[in-house]
Amino acid sequence: MSVGRPPTGDLLSGVWLQRAPLQLSSAEWQLLLVQARATRLQARLAWHCARHGGLEAVPAGPRRYLIGALAVARRQVQTVRWEVNEILKAMAGVDTPVVLLKGAAYVLADLPPAHGRLFADIDILVDRAALDAAEMALLVGGWVSDERDAYNNRYYRQWMHEIPPVRHVKRSTVIDVHHTVTPPTSVFNVDGRQLLARVQRLPGPRPVFALQPVDMVLHSAVHLFQEGEFDHGLRDLLDMNDLLQHFSEASPDFWGQLLARARELGLQAPLHHALFHLQRLFGTEPPPAWRAEVRALQPAWLPRQLMAWALTHALRPMHASCHQPGEGLARWLLYVRSHWLRMPVHLLLPHLVRKAWMRRFPDKPKQQPVTPPVA
Amino acid sequence: MILRELPAPALTRRLRQDGLRLRTGPFLFELRSPLPLVQEGIARLYADYPLGADDEYVDYALRIEHGAGWRRWVKPQARFLFDDQQVFEPMPASHAFALLEWSMNWCISTQAHDCLVLHAAVIEREGLAVILPAPPGSGKSTLCAGLIHSGWRLLSDELTLIVPEDRRVLPLCRPVSLKNQSIEVMGNYVPGAVFGRIAHETAKGSVTHMKVPSDHVARMQTPAQPRWVVFPRYVAGAATRLTPRSRAQSLLDLARNAFNYMVLGELGFEVLRDTVAAADCYDFEYSRLDEAVAAFDGLLSGARA
Repeated sequence: MSVGRPPTGDLLSGVWLQRAPLQLSSAEWQLLLVQARATRLQARLAWHCARHGGLEAVPAGPRRYLIGALAVARRQVQTVRWEVNEILKAMAGVDTPVVLLKGAAYVLADLPPAHGRLFADIDILVDRAALDAAEMALLVGGWVSDERDAYNNRYYRQWMHEIPPVRHVKRSTVIDVHHTVTPPTSVFNVDGRQLLARVQRLPGPRPVFALQPVDMVLHSAVHLFQEGEFDHGLRDLLDMNDLLQHFSEASPDFWGQLLARARELGLQAPLHHALFHLQRLFGTEPPPAWRAEVRALQPAWLPRQLMAWALTHALRPMHASCHQPGEGLARWLLYVRSHWLRMPVHLLLPHLVRKAWMRRFPDKPKQQPVTPPVA
Repeated sequence: MILRELPAPALTRRLRQDGLRLRTGPFLFELRSPLPLVQEGIARLYADYPLGADDEYVDYALRIEHGAGWRRWVKPQARFLFDDQQVFEPMPASHAFALLEWSMNWCISTQAHDCLVLHAAVIEREGLAVILPAPPGSGKSTLCAGLIHSGWRLLSDELTLIVPEDRRVLPLCRPVSLKNQSIEVMGNYVPGAVFGRIAHETAKGSVTHMKVPSDHVARMQTPAQPRWVVFPRYVAGAATRLTPRSRAQSLLDLARNAFNYMVLGELGFEVLRDTVAAADCYDFEYSRLDEAVAAFDGLLSGARA
């Protein structure tokens, strides 16, 4: 690297395949940390460095921020454990299992992707029949909906797989309450009851659950590819990669179960796209015995090529240094596609028109950034 | 090389294009700004600070930009950008230098989690440090400014960085922020002191920054051992009074004044526990600077005895 010419390009996506300490210039470390912050993967990067060569192998300049990121992640794990306990206390009287999804499940089940993961909120899944009771119990416990707009509220409740996020009045922790993992109107609609029937109890004094391993992986895949925005795309893929590796080591038949469950729930396409990018980014391959079946997941040639192209762009860190020609188009196509998958046209068009109107003529001023904390 | 040795056109070019690499204590900042007020403030207040080399790791790269769109020209604004993101609300362009100082503080207080970061001034003499935690308006910065011109060395007027490994305080040594009446008080107290341009009508009233004596800047890589924790309070007309306070209460109050106590968890508690255990803790009421200085000199002679 010649001094004075700043490095550019996606440094972050290639890091995860490196098993030796990273050999980077100061400027490259700097850019790597910028990209890690932009994707909220700084603690994950720290964890990776700590495992492959140790933090001592990282130059002192960036090392202090990796140490700091690990401290933040450790603190968040504590908070999540404590918060989950509060949720369970609040929901003790509600007739539903409380199923933790994603990050909170990884923490409570002590799964590999919990390491160095940063949290924005806690996701839970409950029985649809108990949704109102769950919301009321959380309200009594201090979690109040942020959503003040009547249309948005109705939209969530009528069409979505979750109710509007609730925020705790004192601690500001946010919970997303789901009754299934995909919108009921979506092409990939999954009946929540099919998931609830196979949940696994997690250790601890209060009853709390996680999805069964294959459903965890499928949820991760479907979550990634039904979203319209990809700011967490790389993180979700890393989660999934860890899960696959962990579960397939624990159970030799894991891949068979995964493929069977994908067919049962109609999630072959999301699983295909996820596996394609796991292979591309991390070199993760299905065991030879299952390759033919994995190949059979793939959609037709044109949509397959188009999605591979678009996702390859969209999964790059969202930072100017990673920008490539065509990226805007790719992100836009995926955004449109995500809405297309979510709802049939006769529901989608009125919704988009309404949202455009609401953006153009908002009821209330948008929240402003904060003022500086230090004089 | 220190900033003073950089010719003005080179400083302009670095601020506008390449980035000005400026070291303060343990951090290397890379600053960019096309605003003349920012350049003027940096040239005046950071003249003695070392410049970073091209191959050094930059801790924080930040930009103070013109307002977006028409706010560049009409009621012009200044914006702080970190990682290309705007962090605070834009401010009037006349506050650009204060915005830079606040932005630098924001970077440290939200990211330097390898240290325990307290919202407190800290000064040193004979290797021993006094930590001065206090809410805004308590006269902490004024007291700190007075003391560093009376034999004490500035470590920091806003952010106390305690290293967990050895419980020592790292100097940050940035210009001292002064508000409202304090500006005139310090102007009279320190003949020949160098001040930045005053930013009027900020959220905190009139604000300016005072240049740090150059021999303090020269020693900004020398840490110090905390020996006292003093909670200052300016009370108009009050007699100077130093009252011992409990270590336990001081620990709690320091934790409340910390930026990342919760982030560090158990380690944060251990650092504070050891800090108060090794320190004498006091409440301090004052209204006259020269008496305050005498009281602090008294602390030092007590420690020598």
